[in-house]
Amino acid sequence: MIEASLQLALNSAPFLLKGALYTVVLSLGGMFFGLLLGFVLALSHLYAIAPVRWLVRIYVSFFRGTPLLVQLFMIYYGLPQLGIQLEPLPAALIGFSLNMAAYVSEILRAAIASIDRGQWEAAASIGMSRAQTLYRTILPQAARTALPPLGNSFISLVKDTALAATIQVPELFRQAQLITARTFEIFTMYLAAALIYWVLASSLAYLQGRLEARVNKHEQDSP
Amino acid sequence: MISVRNLSKSFKGVDVLKGIDLDIQPGEVVAIIGPSGSGKTTLLRCLNLLETPSSGQIRVGDIEIDADLPLGQQHGLIRTLRQHVGFVFQSFNLFPHRTALENVIEGPVVVKKMPRASAIDLGRTLLAKVGLAGKEDAYPKRLSGGQQQRVAIARALAMEPDVILFDEPTSALDPELVGEVLSTIRGLAEERRTMVIVTHEMSFARDVANRAVFIDKGVIVEQGDAKQLFGSPREARTRQFLSKFLGEDALQPEPAAPGRSAGKPNAASD
Repeated sequence: MIEASLQLALNSAPFLLKGALYTVVLSLGGMFFGLLLGFVLALSHLYAIAPVRWLVRIYVSFFRGTPLLVQLFMIYYGLPQLGIQLEPLPAALIGFSLNMAAYVSEILRAAIASIDRGQWEAAASIGMSRAQTLYRTILPQAARTALPPLGNSFISLVKDTALAATIQVPELFRQAQLITARTFEIFTMYLAAALIYWVLASSLAYLQGRLEARVNKHEQDSP
Repeated sequence: MISVRNLSKSFKGVDVLKGIDLDIQPGEVVAIIGPSGSGKTTLLRCLNLLETPSSGQIRVGDIEIDADLPLGQQHGLIRTLRQHVGFVFQSFNLFPHRTALENVIEGPVVVKKMPRASAIDLGRTLLAKVGLAGKEDAYPKRLSGGQQQRVAIARALAMEPDVILFDEPTSALDPELVGEVLSTIRGLAEERRTMVIVTHEMSFARDVANRAVFIDKGVIVEQGDAKQLFGSPREARTRQFLSKFLGEDALQPEPAAPGRSAGKPNAASD
């Protein structure tokens, strides 16, 4: 029984790993574009003129306040009605990025706002511009505050990529589904898929720990 | 060096500064004293535009900022002014993610585009000057308050400013650490650097400053030679304020001041 399951898992490994590759692409893509867009949104929320700030708030509220699954369906199945036809992978990438950006922007906004006003003033007092201050003084400190919640969001994203199965992306969960439909080895296949998600999420958590140690270097009390 | 004309600042309908005129000559050390809420810190912060004046003019050297015109259009000028005006904060405001040396060289490297190697030489010299040789690689968190404030002074000096503004530089310090910061400032005064110091350390102000300015309720009540102002103030309000710090005995007897009620000897509060 166990031997047969192992054999099946081994036979299915290439399919699962191919699915895992999609999962990785969706996760990294979602993080990258989510960070990029989220950063722009956070700065707009903090420093843009009032109408732009309002638009950002509506954006964040919408993407945090509606199910990711519904957002993916709107993009993949809904947009074609408006004449925008997207392949499954780009549709999923766009969905995850837009959704992640909403969370990232809130995390970054709060982290930047939490830095003491005295830091801006100290930088201004030696003649630094606002951009220089943001880049050299504020963001490195905000990173400390932002990393743990960002890590949480990224780990959630890795798991949420399973939703892409519903819009035809052949990612890890979808591959597991296809194999179980053929072999009826339901428990084994989903366990194998779960283990792969676990490995991916754990690697991310490990990286997060390393990064946190780095940005917290100056917090240590002894050398 | 610095000239302030008709400087006003209101904040949520409250007039914090009401038409201040002030001139500071090169090499002069000016102490600004006054009760809490008198506007002395606001005045100091207006001098390098950390606070936005409501109206008036501020000139430092050749740079003039006119608060009667939109300040957004004078942004470049304000940055230039700040490069000539050092500022030392009550709460130090060191960059916590940078070492002592990195704090000091930040301005020269980032703003003045000084080559890093020369900036490091300058930074080491300045840290040694404020008595912190050997602490170059320490992060602020591992320094005492007094050491942090001396790093902050070195950071201000690194920009080679024409004038340094001190905003209650010892108010956030434990009493035993006040002395080391005051003696650093005293050393700078002996080099005849132009400095403006907002402080509650009255005896320090009397010893180090050439001139003292007493501010109350947003106006300059009295100013003049520091020894004279601390020893025998002309105005009743100045006398009343000083007596709380120095004790009535330290002041010359004042012949005609009948309305004086507060200010018992030894009532050294705050």
